[in-house]
Amino acid sequence: MKLLALDTATEACSVALSVDGEIIERFELAPRRHTELILPMAESVLAEAGLGLRDIDLFAFGAGPGSFTGLRIAAGVVQGLALGLDRPVVPVCTLETLAEGARRRGMLKGVDIVLAAIDARMSEVYWAECRPDATGRMRKRAPARVEAAASVSVAGTGPVAGVGSGWASYADALGHASAGRVGVVDADALPRAVDMLELALSAWEQGQALPAEAAQPVYVRNHVADIPPTPDLSRLSGR
Amino acid sequence: MRVLGIESSCDETGVALYDTERGLLAHALYSQVDLHALYGGVVPELASRDHVRRIAPLLREVFLQAGIDFGAVDGVAYTAGPGLMGALMVGAAVAKGLGTAWSVPSLGVHHMEAHLLAPFLEPDAPAFPFVALLVSGGHTLLVDVVGLGSYRVLGESIDDAAGEAFDKTAKLMGLGYPGGAALAQLAAEGGPGALSFPRPMLDRPGCDFSFSGLKTAALHALARARQEPSLRLADVAWAFEEAVVETLVVKSERALELAGRDRLVVAGGVGANQRLRARLRERLGARGACVHYPRIAFCTDNGAMVALVGALRLAQGERDADSGFRTRPRWSLAELQVPKGA
Repeated sequence: MKLLALDTATEACSVALSVDGEIIERFELAPRRHTELILPMAESVLAEAGLGLRDIDLFAFGAGPGSFTGLRIAAGVVQGLALGLDRPVVPVCTLETLAEGARRRGMLKGVDIVLAAIDARMSEVYWAECRPDATGRMRKRAPARVEAAASVSVAGTGPVAGVGSGWASYADALGHASAGRVGVVDADALPRAVDMLELALSAWEQGQALPAEAAQPVYVRNHVADIPPTPDLSRLSGR
Repeated sequence: MRVLGIESSCDETGVALYDTERGLLAHALYSQVDLHALYGGVVPELASRDHVRRIAPLLREVFLQAGIDFGAVDGVAYTAGPGLMGALMVGAAVAKGLGTAWSVPSLGVHHMEAHLLAPFLEPDAPAFPFVALLVSGGHTLLVDVVGLGSYRVLGESIDDAAGEAFDKTAKLMGLGYPGGAALAQLAAEGGPGALSFPRPMLDRPGCDFSFSGLKTAALHALARARQEPSLRLADVAWAFEEAVVETLVVKSERALELAGRDRLVVAGGVGANQRLRARLRERLGARGACVHYPRIAFCTDNGAMVALVGALRLAQGERDADSGFRTRPRWSLAELQVPKGA
């Protein structure tokens, strides 16, 4: 199984290639340079593996939440790649990706609840509470939400790990949400394509891969403009 | 050479296939106009969100229409600018993904160059050189078109575009958004009367335009119409349209003179305006000059013109340096160059 994962959801830009479990990755902090880097990075990991794009069986991308523009860069590029090669796609949640990163880095010793939170600006965070599923992958308990950090709440008992930029901006409120159960926190963590690989593979095994057209961002914040009140036409009528 | 073109610079998603031997093979468009109408103007974030949903189905559609295998192209072109940054990025991302997947060259093209060359999509295409009048909701521009990549901007709007003035005035008149066409329809029922709108910048030399003052004039006229029952809204619309049309015609005549051309190409959505067409026919005919219009579908934003310009340039060996891409929300026509192979 050859899987190529791309992520441009935050200021980080990353790709990861998994060839039957062997992993090659690229990761760069590249604010506003994602469009210049993402495809060359993909070509670079393929070249290192001695593969061509046609060898890829499955594409994955960071679907969100995150920067709206960033989500569309990865979704658009992956749509193009997957349409062009007629391959399926797995959208991967960036919050689960953050939680997987915490697991990979060994942050979760004795902890099985991760509160992943990304600063959503406008005094809100995108957040999800993630726990290991039957196979050990970190999965969110409920759909990701966007709201004030003070509205976040973590269920159950037991220690909680914090991960993501939301913890840099709203550490107190998020700590309160976890009822003082917060142990380790990594507020600098960014989603990284290498942490999408196992999530994507297990989704594919469960038949959750999608056709390229369905490679769509998951913005979570869906109210982005107000519809103005209908203009009063009465004063102009009857003319 | 067969090229796929993708346009997503504003609120229309356009996809097309163009062949340098056989001409236009297929084109498909999704217009977001109904979506933005609710908001009284284009909301950039919503435009971007819609592009990323619409492109893939349109891609499938054009290959089906053309009756060729999906991906059987020699190159991919996309609008790299000018336009809305987020919207441009969607078309560019999909185009670069496709070009990389198919191992064919890709090229980011200039939206305005595509408009300038849109007449070449028609069988009765004019020959170079000509003067192009580009009038849309986003642009008002007079350009001396010497050849592919050789453009001299003779004049442009220093504020609102002509189509923008139409839409904003229509909004003031309660005709909704975008109401430019509705305004023109209303104007057809009006006539010359007590009203006269200023003719912006006609008293000044050169070919620049200014249309923002017409909104103020329209506000005053509407206030008057509320007091004087004899003054009909249709007359206000007529006077507004007359001011815009007359300004465009006079500046076009000047541009032809200045450049020493006898062919005018009119592109952009306002090119559909019937009074503008009639007036240009009459006045340019009197000077022995001719006017060309692409069909209305290619006056407004579309993928066909992007595929065309991409094909012309890719056929000359021009291409993006690598699979990385850059979009340019601001990009002057004057920066464009004649392809090296030409």
